Amino acid sequence: MSDKQPTVTQATLVKKAAPKSDYKPADVSPQRRVQRTFAVRLWSIRHSRLLEWFYSRFADAFLLLHPLWKGIGYGRVEAPVKFVEKRVKGFMFDCRMCGQCVLSSTGMSCPMNCPKQLRNGPCGGVRANGNCEVEPDMPCVWVKAWEGSRNMVHGDKILTVQKPVDQSLRETSAWLRVTAQSAAARETAQNPGASA
Amino acid sequence: MTARQRDENPAGIHLPLDSLPGHTSRGRLERVLRRGEFAVTTELNPPDSADPEDVYNRAKIFDGWVDAINAVDASGANCHMSSVGICALLTRMGYAPIMQIACRDKNRIAIQGDVLGGAAMGVANMLCLTGDGVQAGDQPGAKPVFDLDSMSLLETIRIMRDNGKFLSGRKLTTPPQVFLGCAVNPFAPPYDFRPIHLGKKIAAGAQFAQTQYCFDVPMFRTFMQKARDLGHTEKLFLLCGVGPLASAKTAKWIRSNVPGIHIPDAVIKRLEGAQDQKKEGKQLCIDIINEVKEIPGVAGIHVMAYRQEEYVAEIVDESGVLKGRQPWQREIRRDDQIVAERLDHILHDEITETQVDMVKTAH
Repeated sequence: MSDKQPTVTQATLVKKAAPKSDYKPADVSPQRRVQRTFAVRLWSIRHSRLLEWFYSRFADAFLLLHPLWKGIGYGRVEAPVKFVEKRVKGFMFDCRMCGQCVLSSTGMSCPMNCPKQLRNGPCGGVRANGNCEVEPDMPCVWVKAWEGSRNMVHGDKILTVQKPVDQSLRETSAWLRVTAQSAAARETAQNPGASA
Repeated sequence: MTARQRDENPAGIHLPLDSLPGHTSRGRLERVLRRGEFAVTTELNPPDSADPEDVYNRAKIFDGWVDAINAVDASGANCHMSSVGICALLTRMGYAPIMQIACRDKNRIAIQGDVLGGAAMGVANMLCLTGDGVQAGDQPGAKPVFDLDSMSLLETIRIMRDNGKFLSGRKLTTPPQVFLGCAVNPFAPPYDFRPIHLGKKIAAGAQFAQTQYCFDVPMFRTFMQKARDLGHTEKLFLLCGVGPLASAKTAKWIRSNVPGIHIPDAVIKRLEGAQDQKKEGKQLCIDIINEVKEIPGVAGIHVMAYRQEEYVAEIVDESGVLKGRQPWQREIRRDDQIVAERLDHILHDEITETQVDMVKTAH
């Protein structure tokens, strides 16, 4: 019994047993169906150092505008900022709007594009050519993340263990959250007694 | 009277062992590894049935040859008896199961509940895995969960054990005492990241690791060299995954269909050239064990003999990795034996005792 390995997988049998129809959708995961090619994403990873530099300037600019955000109200600016953030990051990184961006720790390769949404490193199923186990034609997000992180100044941030995704933060602006958090941290640093 | 075995609770085989200083679990595997003995673990092929005897029979063939048995959690995304269920049965019989937890099927609420349930049943070892994608299995239409990943799962259980808290911060009255494991695949890209990635897993809480099938010893040696240089082998017990290949055809099938298993051409050529491919596959496995056991930092082997479980004992025996040591084995208790001796005849003799007759013979 042991030397008789099945030559067709169970998945193939399941697929074969499905009712025949003229409409055959592309044989990719649902996640890939909403996504175009990943050329832009790969460009971003190749230029991770440039983007890292740009991002830190951009974060500083956002932090400078903290009084403005606070004046208008973070709740009120959320919708327009999110609108821009979703489109910009969506174009550059195929962003999935998890709301807790870790791009700077993952070599500018968005880990939410991994079919298993791994945020701490590759799984054991990466193909020998560096492609994904689930999507044979897609380069593994984490192989690219490792390459991207090697170009970055703070690339070793890839070594920090990330907390599990907080699903309740999906579809919120990571830019505003980071800005508000660093503004709060700056305030406590300036007058440590006030927060206590 | 049989001599009391090492690593067994005298009050009952199903009970946890006494806790030792420096040990996080009350299980047998951690004791074996911390004593510095070369450990052997294996994998139980989970049955597609609701009969507990199926599990017991599959575990019985490993008796006296392995230190712990992996209870797989729907490996390859194929549906089988759950790992919690298998662990419940195995701990009843005194075995030391390693409960595998895959992130594919359960979210953080279910996983933390299973960790408590497993630990309460006496599971001392837990192995945190990401899990294969659902596309690989028999139910590709299932919803992939992947709420946690293997790293955050490790950290979650470590927080439960060491801080006595759920991920949410809510307190546990009794934290689970478990020995935490992770999987490593040194044979998949990105190769230079893999040893560093293992370090990340150690930081998250891994205490032992089992590798993917090793068929390429030079590649494994390079990985171990890097792991040693990073100081990982002092913080973690690394068990090298090995297993027999049934034939060259199987090897080719595995290579092209099972993600993450690297089989070099030389291995396939060696199998093809053999008269008895199955025997050669077993011999190849023993040869690999003999090579990897000499690599510094390797604390044991994990024998995965899928559908060739009957070979595990032979492989362990012929490779001599146990060096004469006998792992825990289930034995019939003395009192059970006496009862069996005195009353065994009632199972075989064809006598029908009626109560009237029994009263008559008693007077």
